[in-house]
Amino acid sequence: MTTDVLPVLEVPLLELCDVGKTYRSGSLEVEALRGASLSIQAGEFVAITGPSGSGKSTLMHVLGCLDSPTSGTYRLAGQDVSAMSEEELADVRNRRIGFVFQQFNLLASLTAGRNVELPLCYAGVGRAERSVQALEALTRVGLDHRVQHRPGELSGGQQQRVAIARALVGDPALILADEPTGNLDSASTSDVLGLLAELHAAGRTIVLITHESDVAAAAQRTVRIFDGAICDDSDRVRGGAHRAPAVRG
Amino acid sequence: MNWLETIRTGLDAVRSHRMRSGLTVLGILIGIAAVMLTVGLGLGAQAQISQQINSLGSNLLIITPGSVTSSSGVRGGSGSASTLTETDATALASKVVAPDIAAVAPTVQRSESLTAGTSNWTTTVVGTTPDWATVRARTVDSGRFLTGQDITDHAAVAVLAATTAQQLFGARDAVGETVTVNGVPLTVTGVLKAAGSTSVANEDDQAVVPLSTASQRLFGGATRTSVQSIYLQAQSSDRLSAAYQEADSELSALHHVRAPASADFTITSQQSILNTATSITQTLTVLLGGIAGISLLVGGVGVMNIMLVSVTERIREIGLRKALGATPRMIRRQFMVEASVLGLAGGVLGVLLGAVAGAGLSKLISQPIVFSATATLGALAVAVAIGLVFGVYPASRAARLAPIEALRSE
Repeated sequence: MTTDVLPVLEVPLLELCDVGKTYRSGSLEVEALRGASLSIQAGEFVAITGPSGSGKSTLMHVLGCLDSPTSGTYRLAGQDVSAMSEEELADVRNRRIGFVFQQFNLLASLTAGRNVELPLCYAGVGRAERSVQALEALTRVGLDHRVQHRPGELSGGQQQRVAIARALVGDPALILADEPTGNLDSASTSDVLGLLAELHAAGRTIVLITHESDVAAAAQRTVRIFDGAICDDSDRVRGGAHRAPAVRG
Repeated sequence: MNWLETIRTGLDAVRSHRMRSGLTVLGILIGIAAVMLTVGLGLGAQAQISQQINSLGSNLLIITPGSVTSSSGVRGGSGSASTLTETDATALASKVVAPDIAAVAPTVQRSESLTAGTSNWTTTVVGTTPDWATVRARTVDSGRFLTGQDITDHAAVAVLAATTAQQLFGARDAVGETVTVNGVPLTVTGVLKAAGSTSVANEDDQAVVPLSTASQRLFGGATRTSVQSIYLQAQSSDRLSAAYQEADSELSALHHVRAPASADFTITSQQSILNTATSITQTLTVLLGGIAGISLLVGGVGVMNIMLVSVTERIREIGLRKALGATPRMIRRQFMVEASVLGLAGGVLGVLLGAVAGAGLSKLISQPIVFSATATLGALAVAVAIGLVFGVYPASRAARLAPIEALRSE
């Protein structure tokens, strides 16, 4: 491969190389991932789909540095994550990744505003600056009038929007959403998907994990996972028209 | 995240889990208050008893005669011998012989019926010298105490203790009145200030007369120069053992005692009485302290349970905080702040409750309560340590889990 065909030589934002993950419970070994390789460029909106038990959640946990792979390498923005210490990993999760979970995972005792502020707290941002940024993020998801409400006082769709505000508040490069619409009705689902599409339009990289094909349709690229390995990638079909082709090692 | 942020986060968590925080604080509070109260009661009893014994007089030595063996070989009990005499007392009063003895009060005493007008009262009549007031730390409330002249004159005078005066003369001033003992009329020259009853004797019910008057005119009998006991006061508390030695060697010489075992007298120090009483109350204090310790332990187990349960049900929260960028150290610190806040709140409230309840209880049972700083601080340390260990240890274990494992835990 020669360089003259590539307009820009970009390092992919995420790069999984032959990643395996084995869970051990007692004598039982479960291979959740076996030889998964995937590369995602900055600015992409990727849906990862697959039946339940296919390993898509494990893939998301590895991508989000919530769990470490047992084999293979994972590079995030060019840095090898598996070589990182606890502190460095915490910093990566804090600054580079925003999470949206199926169960929202908001702290019930804190107001929406304080929940959104949490990642900034751990980043060491001062109080005044934090509440400004949190309000900005909540405004972005249309909940600026709910800053002082606790999660219990909000609907499921509103809670998920607070969670999205929390994911985008630190301006991370990557937003990882794990079945973000799994607990929502259809109106809230389209709300949330609309928000993700908006964020993507604003230039963020979004990885969405879902088992629903209509949800996956919101993304530009769909990666299918089956039995712990990537079995189908629409990117290969489409040839990655919207971006520079990935350089595979 | 700096310490200030951590403290804010910890305080938020304490505030938002009101029930749990309240129960933890309650467990610590009760344990500490219980330790304070029970140990305080024990120490209070100890202080009261030693104060009573000290009210006998300070730096006191008491000489009593040994036993007597009759011609038929029957041995009397301790104090039955009449070998202790006024001469012994005079010898001990000499500054040359016994420089460390400050005051000497030989006494004879007998239970007698006192008559004044139409009322009568049976009480202990004590024959002694003016030094008695010094040695026994007594003062007169009105009138005067015995004088040297009273002894020389075999004067027909008496000094009454408060209760005795009140029984014979009611509310009237007894000074100047006359009481009759064994047909001898005695003029009351003074009334003693009340000393309170002690576990040893009722110090407020007795009549004090000159030794010479008692042995020559009131009691009679064959051995008119013998005394029942001699009270000695040492110059100071650190001269007590020197005074003991001087009295012992002087009396041994006077009584021709060759071996200590054959001595016909016994010297008891007030300290030895005090030691006996103190050892009894110390046992009491240890017992009470043990009970308090158990209540502290029970409170501690309660705190431990609440902490363990609360940390377990918050493992998801720990996982989420880690996913959002908290390092294990930040998690540990947050839980440490929480546990410390709860521990200190419980501690401070416990000390306050203990102090207030102690003051109330002390009034209610009219028994002094002496708070021990050692016991209080010890209880506080134990309670806070239990909270810290069982609040921080499981949290720091959870903080080491991969975030997803913590997030998945139910």
